[in-house]
Amino acid sequence: MVSRIKEVQFGLLSPLMVKNMAKVRVVVSDLYDPDGFPVEGGVMDPRMGVIDPGLQCRTCGGGIGSCSGHFGYLELAKPIVHVLFTKTVYQILRFTCRKCNRLMVENPIEEFFDRLLLPPAKCPHCKTKQKKVTFVKPYTYYEDKTEFTPLVIRERFEKIPDKDLKKVNFNGGRPEWLILTLFPVPPVTMRPSITLEGGVRSEDDLTHKLVDIVRINQSLKENIDIGAPEFILNDLWELVQYHISTYYDNELTGTPLARHRSGRALKGIVQRLKAKEGRLRGNLLGKRVNFSARTVISPDPRISINEVGVPEVIAKELTVPLHVTSLNIDYAKSLIKDDQVNYVVRPDGRRVKVTLENKKEIFDTIADGWAIDRQLHDNDIVLFNRQPSLHRVSIMAHRTRIMPYQTFRLNPSVCFPYNADFDGDEMNLHVPQTEEARAEASLLMEVQRNIISPKFGGPVIGMTLDQVSGLYLLTGKDVLLNKEETAQLLGSAGLDVDLPDKKQFTGKEIFSLLLPKNIAMDYETHAGKSHELTKEQKREADLWVVIKDGVLEAGRIDKAGVGPEDGKITRKIEALLGAEGIRAFIDHAGRLGIAYIMKRGFTLGISDLDLPPKVQKTIEEEIVSTEKEADDLIVQFEKGEMKILPGLTPTESLEAQIMRTLASGVGKISEIVRGNIAGGDILNMAAAGSKGSVINMTQMAAVVGQETILGKRIKRGYLKRTLSHLQPGDLSPMAHGFVARGFKQGLTPFEFFWNIMNGREGLMDKSLRTRKSGYMQRRLVNALQDLKVHSDLTIRSSENQIVQFVAGEDGIDPSKSYWGRLNVKEAV
Amino acid sequence: MSDTIAHAPLRWPVNGQSLPPKIEQDVKDYLARSPMPPEREREFRERVREIYERILYSPEEPVGVVTAQSLSEPATQMTMRTYHFAGTAGIQVTLGLPRMLEIFDARKDPRTPTMKVYIKKEYQTLDHVKRIAENIKDIRAKDVISSVLIDMTDVLVKCRLNLPKLQSLEVDPERLSKLLKIRNTAVTVEGDALMVRPKKKDITVLHKLKYTVLESHVKGIKDISQVVVSKEDGEWVINTLGSNLKKVFELEGVDYTRTRSNNIFEVYDVLGIEAGREAIVRETAFTMDEQGLVIDVRYILLLADTMCVEGGIKPIGRYGISGQKASPLVRASFEETKKHITAAAVKGERDPFVGTVENIMVNQVAPIGTGAYELVGRIPGKK
Repeated sequence: MVSRIKEVQFGLLSPLMVKNMAKVRVVVSDLYDPDGFPVEGGVMDPRMGVIDPGLQCRTCGGGIGSCSGHFGYLELAKPIVHVLFTKTVYQILRFTCRKCNRLMVENPIEEFFDRLLLPPAKCPHCKTKQKKVTFVKPYTYYEDKTEFTPLVIRERFEKIPDKDLKKVNFNGGRPEWLILTLFPVPPVTMRPSITLEGGVRSEDDLTHKLVDIVRINQSLKENIDIGAPEFILNDLWELVQYHISTYYDNELTGTPLARHRSGRALKGIVQRLKAKEGRLRGNLLGKRVNFSARTVISPDPRISINEVGVPEVIAKELTVPLHVTSLNIDYAKSLIKDDQVNYVVRPDGRRVKVTLENKKEIFDTIADGWAIDRQLHDNDIVLFNRQPSLHRVSIMAHRTRIMPYQTFRLNPSVCFPYNADFDGDEMNLHVPQTEEARAEASLLMEVQRNIISPKFGGPVIGMTLDQVSGLYLLTGKDVLLNKEETAQLLGSAGLDVDLPDKKQFTGKEIFSLLLPKNIAMDYETHAGKSHELTKEQKREADLWVVIKDGVLEAGRIDKAGVGPEDGKITRKIEALLGAEGIRAFIDHAGRLGIAYIMKRGFTLGISDLDLPPKVQKTIEEEIVSTEKEADDLIVQFEKGEMKILPGLTPTESLEAQIMRTLASGVGKISEIVRGNIAGGDILNMAAAGSKGSVINMTQMAAVVGQETILGKRIKRGYLKRTLSHLQPGDLSPMAHGFVARGFKQGLTPFEFFWNIMNGREGLMDKSLRTRKSGYMQRRLVNALQDLKVHSDLTIRSSENQIVQFVAGEDGIDPSKSYWGRLNVKEAV
Repeated sequence: MSDTIAHAPLRWPVNGQSLPPKIEQDVKDYLARSPMPPEREREFRERVREIYERILYSPEEPVGVVTAQSLSEPATQMTMRTYHFAGTAGIQVTLGLPRMLEIFDARKDPRTPTMKVYIKKEYQTLDHVKRIAENIKDIRAKDVISSVLIDMTDVLVKCRLNLPKLQSLEVDPERLSKLLKIRNTAVTVEGDALMVRPKKKDITVLHKLKYTVLESHVKGIKDISQVVVSKEDGEWVINTLGSNLKKVFELEGVDYTRTRSNNIFEVYDVLGIEAGREAIVRETAFTMDEQGLVIDVRYILLLADTMCVEGGIKPIGRYGISGQKASPLVRASFEETKKHITAAAVKGERDPFVGTVENIMVNQVAPIGTGAYELVGRIPGKK
């Protein structure tokens, strides 16, 4: 049984403790003797632990893994203020009576050390009038004008009675311990030196610092002994103080940084702990792991959403431990025979690498009680992750499928929760090593159990891109396949379904084969949302989906039905069939979509954006008239006749109205484009919601529209004009970033420039945003991480403070809800 | 599966109802649409009850982390473009990520405080509403002054008043001298001339005084720089830029039961913590909604509750919730490592190791989720 840490107590080290825990008294600043052996009583004394492989610790006899090192200590010639506690020392000093040495506090003050309080002018105990104590950073104190030496401070602190310390919540020890007399020298294991090529040793920053401390301290001691003059002693004392201070914290205000010979600032103890790469965040909260792999990802729509294709090379490297028992010994032996075991662990704990030479021997000796590390197989459970891990579905459990080549393969349907694409993205894979971990991974983390997002109770996994386009095309009104074609299609999609005995099948009938028999739905399609028709008209135009008894009666399948986040059908099927059912549906529908789009063919070309000459003319006229409208506004503005919008200045009103005019002009052109574009599959994509929109088409075919900076027309550039070819003061659309051409036609150099300004703004916005929201997330997680639902449905913090009496006010877990609610229809 | 760990049967506690009111309502609505015989209705209700129990939170569910993720994952998609015209009224408000940060930081002075002032039924005429609006808007001296002159010889600041404007604001020029409260000066009005004399005859102060005069408050509520009257849902309302609930509530005709501000701290200050909590929920939901992002309200509720549990509004971050945690290790690992570690040493603090982070630090299973339970199995045949 492993013992658990139940509590950690923080406190101060007393000189006695420093001495007692030390194994070495450090007296010399030398590290190694001329032969290269560490000096006894030096900073690298071998009794402080081992850092070289093969050596034994002189104190405990342990090796590099078993000896964690031993402290040493240094006797300081004069006491030194501990820099990390200078504020604490200041606070106590101000509140210590200069006569009776009691703390000038009458009632307990809980937050005594949390903020600077004003001390009373007279001691409440002996009524002595106090002098003003000041603190000068980094570590000097004055009483009126005279400087406090650490010696005096220590003397005063020693006399403070314990009962006074209790009052101010000083429970970590004695205040005089804040003034160091014995200095703990950390074990060498905490500051290992590294041997560079050529045998040159390079010491750790802390070792360098310790050498300085010991050297100056030694020199101070000698000078005291020979009775050197006061000012020399004080200089040396100050120097010891400086070295010890920068040893603890090398980012002190008002202190020059202690530097390495190369000029690089040394890392103090505080720097080791602090910030992102510090011990706490970098090592304790984020640990490096074994049994993991990382490579580029690529799509494979033919594997299941809960599978991941693992390259053979990776599968050979990653292992799963297997305990050999009488029940599986034959299996274990067969694995060894097939070269699928990388290591074996013998009952005595020795780990042996399996090689061609010892393979035979291991095969013969392996028995009950051994363990083997077998290579990854098909259908092993692994964790799969893409960074940044912004939400819990950024890491899910998949089943492995060993494949040739070098990339991880994943089904494009699971790209959405990972926010992955295949333009070079890499992902990480982890192999759980215990039975418990594998059980939790499959029961809690597997893809099919995370389809419903806790964010809003809808699916986060669904068809994307060609999968959606394919289903959209398949479920169109005119799709009619004969039995052979249907069988072929289903076969190429890898679907095994019983075909009814019919001569012909509509696309809708084929799709219906995937639906459960008890499903009934009624919703508006993606394309339907942008049409103003009645429900009946929409149904007639296939813009409204009707499913009854598992049969798609009207409407086309699109993003709104099966896409991630929207997926109405996906959500419903999950409710009806559960995790495995929805996984099968997404797999099948995805493959069906791809199979159909491949059968039908799918293409885009520049000619899809062609507009008839007549329409082009109308568009040009529309642009001209829009510009005219804007110019009219400018004329009115200049005459002072323009309508001023409430709450805006005249200039702002003009800008707002020009923007509105131009936007509505572009809007009208959009409508024209939508109705007249040569089209083809580009229209299908926009209608299905798989990629692209009417705006994209308009920008390519007709007009890009207004380019903006910070949501306003482009203003910056030269004095009163954006570019040097323009008249100063010209307010017209063409002078402020209105792009009156489409991408297909080509932009003028000026328009191109504006377009790029807009693009650059987008880039800046993106990088700024990711940083800000990343920090926001860190803060939110930190604030909320300990909240959990207790078995009485209250939400409490780890301190047992109740935050909500009924979680979410109704106790419903959004990840189990139907779009955030209980779907009463399910109860019928 | 987590579902197999059953709750102690939860009885919805309100008024003897067995389900939360919203679900009860859904059931009633459904029954109204498709009535069924009493026998089937009972069955139906029983099934709803079963579903309800199934979709309850599993014990030990780490809602906190899920909440944080659900709120901030969409935030990565938000725009930085801060201002936007909210609704039909031409009032610009901070939106998107900056607004979210403002809310979570519990800033006392948000960048764009706004109010929506509702008007009582009896005052629902355009004239009345406009008059109320005029009394709200902050009128500064510069709004009623057409020109300013610094008179060096007489040592005074002389202003020409815009009399028609004053009249339209129903301010008597004579009264103006009393309305303008400028320290250490004497204010007089003669005809359309406003004269401000410093008490000490010192020409060096005149230039500064000019700006003080221009910016001095005449009428209305301070810092309410814009008022827009508009008709929303069939009634006249006043949207303002700048917020001061306390003063607005005092005005005649204002419906103080519905009037609201987007300044969370002010709402809390004037109306108390419950209103403050409600404001956090409303503002967060509005910001999310405006960006077209969908998240379950329960998360927003939990966030607001966390910020408000102790009766005041605590920000998310080192000066609020994160800085006040019991565990020194957790505090040190978040921010200000040095401060928290030294303070813990001096106070002799104890870290109880009950949270998630502390246990992760030392490679222990954290007491949350499945980690909160231990299972001891009995192997068949063994005692």
